[in-house]
Amino acid sequence: MSHYKLDTKWHEMVSGGYIPQAGNAVEYDVSGWRTDRPVRDDECCIDCLFCWVYCPDNAVHCEGGSVTGKGIDLVHCKGCGICAAVCPKDCIEMVPESEFED
Amino acid sequence: MPQVKPMEGNQAVAEAMRQINPDVVAAYPITPSTEVVQTFAQFVADGEVDTNFVAVESEHSAMSACTAAAAAGGRVMNATSSAGLALMWEILYITASLRMPVILTVVNRALSGNLNIHCDHSDTMGARDAGWIQIYAENVQESYDNLIQAVAIGEQMDVRLPVMSCLDGFLVSHSYELLQVEDDEAVRDFVGSYQPRYPLLDVANPLTMGPLDLYDFYFEHKRDQWAAYEPAKQAIIDVGQRFDEQFGRSYGLFEEYQLDDAEIAIVALGSMAGTAKDAVESLRAEGVKAGLLKLRVFRPFPAEELAAALSGLEAVAICDRAASYGGAGGPLYAEVTSALYVAGASVPAINCIYGLGGRQIAPDEIINIYRDLERVAEEGQPDQPLEFIGVRSFDKEEHADKYAF
Repeated sequence: MSHYKLDTKWHEMVSGGYIPQAGNAVEYDVSGWRTDRPVRDDECCIDCLFCWVYCPDNAVHCEGGSVTGKGIDLVHCKGCGICAAVCPKDCIEMVPESEFED
Repeated sequence: MPQVKPMEGNQAVAEAMRQINPDVVAAYPITPSTEVVQTFAQFVADGEVDTNFVAVESEHSAMSACTAAAAAGGRVMNATSSAGLALMWEILYITASLRMPVILTVVNRALSGNLNIHCDHSDTMGARDAGWIQIYAENVQESYDNLIQAVAIGEQMDVRLPVMSCLDGFLVSHSYELLQVEDDEAVRDFVGSYQPRYPLLDVANPLTMGPLDLYDFYFEHKRDQWAAYEPAKQAIIDVGQRFDEQFGRSYGLFEEYQLDDAEIAIVALGSMAGTAKDAVESLRAEGVKAGLLKLRVFRPFPAEELAAALSGLEAVAICDRAASYGGAGGPLYAEVTSALYVAGASVPAINCIYGLGGRQIAPDEIINIYRDLERVAEEGQPDQPLEFIGVRSFDKEEHADKYAF
């Protein structure tokens, strides 16, 4: 649905709910689904990449083979907590969204 | 040359399917199945059609495969009944929501329990909100004609909806009548070749169907789906006229029989309308101004047209071959009276529930309904708005205190 905006009228959409543009899930903001936000302690992170591998939404940023210090893609993170669960060093804490102002 | 042949409803439907020559038929013969798919499967085995026949493992899978084949871009047909339709339930909504013009013959039969394989309209009436066009046939010829028209209606570009072509179990499906079978070429010309709008097999233009669609867009898509039924109504009228021009049999949203000057009338679907025509003739011979409105199209429901056709009556009986348990009468009654109310037409109406599980309805019983209507017309309102026709019951006079339903 991502090529539509929240003010798109019903008659402006493709009938049947089809998405004619392929590969556009990246445009869909699911941050509103999240109740807990993953916060990684980069001091403790050993760059094992488990969080990057296991994240079902490709929401762990990885550059040059490293996640340390690269942060989390908070537009696509749904807060499932898998990254925190698989982290062998327990570096990722799931913090309630209510504790953030942004 | 067209040929006139004795055929039963099932064979007539299979014959129409052979002539239409669909790309895919995916079917599973759950009890109670009919000879439609069996006969058509023989055509496939004999090489008389090009159809890819998919033998699936359930009716749920059958409709899933049909919907998927239609999404791929094929012309798809299937046939079912009763419990088979019920097992398709989840997918029926998806077929319509995805705007796939799958054509499904439904031989109307009762739903369990108890176990019954005979005619009533419980199966398709239950599916009335799924988004499918529903067309009902009175006899074998109409079953054949409707199926051919269903293809043209469902596939029209501004419609693109699935169609249920319905015929009464046993009363039509297993009854032999003389059928005019049109030329193969003429039928194929009439339905034309299918032009899918967004075939999934068009790999140069990939798209996604059936994605997650939540509170932010789902409602808009449903509103868009709602807009398809007005063009569908017009398509049914247009295709019916075109069918008349080509084959000489005319079809519309409903048939008015002796209704012009009628004072009392029955509204009915399916084979009962044929019996009711005889009853109308008997009553007309006595000077009773009786009429009949045979509804052909239940979805999209022609509310305004129906109300206009019925508005001059002094009393009307709406006959349901299905019950909506705990509801305001049968489904047809609820919709017809609603249409009358919205149109401001104050016609006293009674609901006659009849024929459940294949119970026959005789001409005398229909004449009795007209007799009741004469009383209702005289009194201006019914003392008993709901009647069960042909059910063994206690004596009304003797048990007046109990006759409250």
